Amino acid sequence: MSFLTLENLKKSFGQTQVVHDFSLAVGKGEFVSLLGPSGCGKTTVLRMIAGFETTSAGRIRIDGQDVTALPPARRQIGMVFQAYALFPNLTAAGNVGFGLRVAGVPRRERAARVAEMLALIGLPDLGDRYPFQLSGGQQQRVALARALAPRPRVLLLDEPLSALDAKIRVSLRAEIRELQRTLGITTIFVTHDQEEALSMSDRVVVMHQGRAAQVGTPAEIYDSPANAFVAGFVGQLNRLPARVVDAGTGRVELAGHPLTLAATLPASGQVTLAARPEAFRPAPAGLPVEVETVEFLGALRRVHARLPDGSALVFDMFNSPDAPAPRMGERLTLAVDPSAWIVEAA
Amino acid sequence: MRLWSWLGFALGAVFMVLPLVGMFEFSLRARRGEYSLDAYRSVLGDPQFQATFAYSVVVAIVTIIAGVLLVVPTAYWVRLRLSRLRPVMEFVTLLPLVIPPIVIAFGYLRQFNTSSFLPLTGSARGTDFLLVMGYVTLSLPYMYRAVDTGLRTLDVATLTEASQSLGASWVTILSRVILPNLWPAVLSGAFLSFAIVIGEYVFAALLDRPAFGPYMVWVGGNRAYEPAALAVIAFGVTWACMGLLTLTGRLAAHHRAARR
Ligand SMILES: Nc1ncnc2c1ncn2[C@@H]1O[C@H](COP(=O)(O)OP(=O)(O)OP(=O)(O)O)[C@@H](O)[C@H]1O
Ligand SMILES: [Mg+2]
Repeated sequence: MSFLTLENLKKSFGQTQVVHDFSLAVGKGEFVSLLGPSGCGKTTVLRMIAGFETTSAGRIRIDGQDVTALPPARRQIGMVFQAYALFPNLTAAGNVGFGLRVAGVPRRERAARVAEMLALIGLPDLGDRYPFQLSGGQQQRVALARALAPRPRVLLLDEPLSALDAKIRVSLRAEIRELQRTLGITTIFVTHDQEEALSMSDRVVVMHQGRAAQVGTPAEIYDSPANAFVAGFVGQLNRLPARVVDAGTGRVELAGHPLTLAATLPASGQVTLAARPEAFRPAPAGLPVEVETVEFLGALRRVHARLPDGSALVFDMFNSPDAPAPRMGERLTLAVDPSAWIVEAA
Repeated sequence: MRLWSWLGFALGAVFMVLPLVGMFEFSLRARRGEYSLDAYRSVLGDPQFQATFAYSVVVAIVTIIAGVLLVVPTAYWVRLRLSRLRPVMEFVTLLPLVIPPIVIAFGYLRQFNTSSFLPLTGSARGTDFLLVMGYVTLSLPYMYRAVDTGLRTLDVATLTEASQSLGASWVTILSRVILPNLWPAVLSGAFLSFAIVIGEYVFAALLDRPAFGPYMVWVGGNRAYEPAALAVIAFGVTWACMGLLTLTGRLAAHHRAARR
């Protein structure tokens, strides 16, 4: 039984429709990310759930209640913004207690809840500080506590980590996830960062031009992208032109080299084969390539190479002292798992 | 370049400071042959001075409160939802600078006289109300600009949405979020309004209210040394307002700098 349900949401601004028939069922306590390129409508969907945008069509239900026409103040939703949006005139404690004060929670009870929330976000001693006295990461944690303090039914986050620097971004993302698990709160997280979406979520919705291109677990999204857009947007992808030799047995020719695939093929003609950088590994025999440059990525080396027909190919190698990095101009042969190929009609 | 700016400064000093100094010196000569504060004593001791000054202070305070209640929600709403109307609002709030107060005052007298549908001039309270409305209009350009500038430093839309998601009503948002963050701006608008209202003559005289402006004019026509003393006092009040204005401006800038 889903807790938050979006049914055929549509949104138009004037003549342009930016969200098309968007449906999603989120279970209680589930963490779902909306992932997609800039302008695909992630924020618009989130703002419709919060009530800041009206829906052009469709329904939004929370815990069985139809909230489509309810004003934002009555939806019992917690919202975290990219720009923190803390109240500059209130201390951290004042910010966290704001929702409780508005709800008329008595002073003593409020103070206890504020202290509890500040402890939960790891800032028990900073309640007296004003927002301008806090770092970006601290401000965003206070904003999170502020959103959670009145015990909302759903937590919405719109790119909450985008304004922070890389290191804090990674640590805060783990903290948010942990807090979300502890409280068991149903959460929608908007991001354009695939690493964030894949590492934090129970499920990811990849959005493209106002539609859900695919909904699935991070592993499903990454390993079996439903279409070319998802495959190209999530993770790196090599796209190579190939010629079908025998559709029945799955034989194709890639840059003059014969391959046998597990996927079903069109009867004949040109196709595009796609595979991720980690699908390739150096082997005694296989696809011949010539190394161009090598990027050092810590645990991995990312090798940029070329096939005999001149098309570019990127693959990853584990970084170990026993296996020295390939040099520029070196010729290698690569093996590929036949099931790693994704076939797109050319 | 430097020479020119010094010359300008000197010229300003001649036209601004000399008359002031002269007036101050004159105000001290009420007693023959020696300097004294007699003129000030006589002005400050005059019950009519006390009454008119108190009246004008009260009117100024009511004007400021009415102005804030009118301007803050309006400017906020225009910024939040009607941003296309901003040029129109700017124009409308500038009108009181263009239309002479005497025109507005005559307009009021025509619209609200004893034989009109709303005979406000029929009672003292009603006329006081008209006077306050007139002063709200006069101070509108300053109040609106000050508040609008203050709003520009806030992320009004996001703060509003954050408040709404926490369950706040419009009244709560305005009183607990927007207004507290606008204090420096509201204060500077308030001081300007105060400075305008305290010495205003045209409205008060035409509506026949016992305000400080008409009193100053009356003293000017009937006494010798007291007008000079009164002018010095009025200057003092205005300058105190200007000083507080600069101070709040500084404090606000300081506050913002600390926020970064
Ligand atoms: N108030 C508005 N009026 C008109 N068009 C809008 C409005 N808000 C959003 N849009 C348009 O709707 C589309 C989706 O916008 P949205 O903000 O939802 O994208 P997004 O996926 O959140 O992008 P980003 O990653 O850049 O934040 C965009 O083309 C945008 O220009
Ligand atoms: Mg967005």
